[in-house]
Amino acid sequence: MEEINALFNGFAVAMTPFNLLLMLVGVTLGVIIGVLPGLGGANGIAILLPLTFTMPPTSAIIMLSCIYWGALFGGAITSVLFNIPGEPWSVATTFDGYPMARNGKAGEALTAAFTSSFVGAFFAIVMITFLAPLVAKFALQFGPPEFFSVYLLTFCSFVGMNKGSPFKTISAMMLGFALATVGMDTVTGQLRLTFGNPELMRGFDFLIAVIGLFGIGEILLSMEEGLAFQGAAAKIRGKVVLETWKQLPKYWATSLRSCLIGCWMGITPGGATPASFMAYGVAKRVSKDGDKFGTGKMEGIVAPETAAHAAGTAALLPMLSLGIPGSPTAAVLLGGLLIWGLQPGPLLFVEKPDFVWGLIASMYLGNLAGLFVVLTCVPLFASILRIPFSIIAPVIIVICAVGAYTVHNAMFDVWLMLGFGVLGYVFKKLDYPMAPMVLALVLGDRAEDSFRQSMLFSQGSLDIFFSNPLVGGITSLALVLLFWPLIGKVIGKKKATA
Amino acid sequence: MSEQANNSNQESAISVRVMDIITSIVFLAIGVTVMIGSLKLGASWGADGPEAGYFPFYISLIILLSSMVTLYQAAIVNKKNKTESFVDSEPLKQVLAVLLPAIVFVLGVQLIGIYVSSALYIAIFMVWLGKYPIWKAVAVSVGVSVALYLMFEFWFQVPLPHGSWFNPLEFVGVN
Repeated sequence: MEEINALFNGFAVAMTPFNLLLMLVGVTLGVIIGVLPGLGGANGIAILLPLTFTMPPTSAIIMLSCIYWGALFGGAITSVLFNIPGEPWSVATTFDGYPMARNGKAGEALTAAFTSSFVGAFFAIVMITFLAPLVAKFALQFGPPEFFSVYLLTFCSFVGMNKGSPFKTISAMMLGFALATVGMDTVTGQLRLTFGNPELMRGFDFLIAVIGLFGIGEILLSMEEGLAFQGAAAKIRGKVVLETWKQLPKYWATSLRSCLIGCWMGITPGGATPASFMAYGVAKRVSKDGDKFGTGKMEGIVAPETAAHAAGTAALLPMLSLGIPGSPTAAVLLGGLLIWGLQPGPLLFVEKPDFVWGLIASMYLGNLAGLFVVLTCVPLFASILRIPFSIIAPVIIVICAVGAYTVHNAMFDVWLMLGFGVLGYVFKKLDYPMAPMVLALVLGDRAEDSFRQSMLFSQGSLDIFFSNPLVGGITSLALVLLFWPLIGKVIGKKKATA
Repeated sequence: MSEQANNSNQESAISVRVMDIITSIVFLAIGVTVMIGSLKLGASWGADGPEAGYFPFYISLIILLSSMVTLYQAAIVNKKNKTESFVDSEPLKQVLAVLLPAIVFVLGVQLIGIYVSSALYIAIFMVWLGKYPIWKAVAVSVGVSVALYLMFEFWFQVPLPHGSWFNPLEFVGVN
């Protein structure tokens, strides 16, 4: 039980008064970010990242990951009370959450949502605790070809899992890779694709992209929809919480199913949003009163919230053990690790056990803190939503501009952020997925490095990606996922004719 | 102005199909640019392994292929989508009402620094789009700017842009 010992050491690291304070601050900030339109886990953390440069890395990541937990919790508040999903992964929560609130059961709905979020996250954290070290140990034997095949698997699974056009997914992803190559080439030292522009020598930082795509883009979208907040009143009394908790164990099967769906979708980069929809769909099909879903069934809140939170948490497993983030937010956290001088990947467990286990321990504590904060402070957070959009929109744009500037102290980045904002707006409306683009921008350099090194080994032959069962297996799986839209169509046709 | 706005409520400013076509053409242009750039660097096998343009060359190739398919699908296969609206003219006005001032704001940040431009931007936005009384707008906007100043320059010691052309903070003795 090596992991248990390591985990207790981690608790010792995480439980200093300073870190506990940061947890509370992080969770509260996170909920606010989750509640506000235009600010979410990914760009909220991207904006706050420069503020943590002076902190010790362990404290910094504890605060940032707590912002993430907070944002996951916060999305549910707006879904239930205002029928406005604060985050994309809480869209499915509106289906039954808002009707429940309209029936005067806002307290029950919120308690169910928060508790299921906590259960989902807890399940995923336990999984990370025991699985991440194993994966990391296994991955220590990986060479460049294995790593490239894992990158390939990550990106191909976006193509396979995405509902929209696979060609749009590929285009968006390749744009991310192309942007990642701009700037100094780390191997040859040559300047690539800068076309003589000195501002481009720095390359495109993905933090700027995240702030623009998710922040400015989201504001433009909300503006178009002309948001008017009209919500149910929110207050959670202690009695309601206890009564709801008494009802929840009934839904243990739904909960467990959603946990598994969430963990799977989080580790493979499907992400929290499809996980929540999938869990909702499955629960609706399996449940006895599935046809009453959408009218305010508690089960319809439990399923998506559990899955979303499990997926959001599980996305940190590949980030910690392989250095491959499973979601844009995990990518931003990974960017933070690089800035603090830590190399994410399997060696992290060996070289910086204090950091890794401190982080894992803080996940337990952070989610507990999150549950406490949201259950006690709902009226406060709901009142934030009553601030009119004509105040919120300019303030958020100012905050985004500040965030973009502080990444490199460069004015050019602020312009770039605006550009990414327009791009995000257009992409969203045309169903170009943004997550693969952001991940390609983050992982581009490393995917390229591992590709080049593999090519050096093999003198330019692609056979190296099938040279042993492990790398061959991963590559084959990647190719299956890449062609999944095609394979799915063929199977569908056969079924139709049969 | 408001009556006109009501009349044009349902009008589509641009269709999804046209927007899809434009976007895929932009992607094609990006693909060509990256391809030219990587060929200039050398996209083949050098003396010491793959050259700097090797990887980007294949990236650009994939961009060209996938955007050609998207263009084909939008322009030829999905002709029926001609009528589906990308954005109606009234919401487009709303979007531009945020975007254009945001561009002016960023220009302001560059020229006169972030604090004064933020205050002006928030105040004008509130009065113009939110129809707030001026005193409320001033209170909120100045409050946000002062909070930004305290948080960044004072507590975290992260300098924000003070203006490349003219620094209004000189009046209160800050360089």
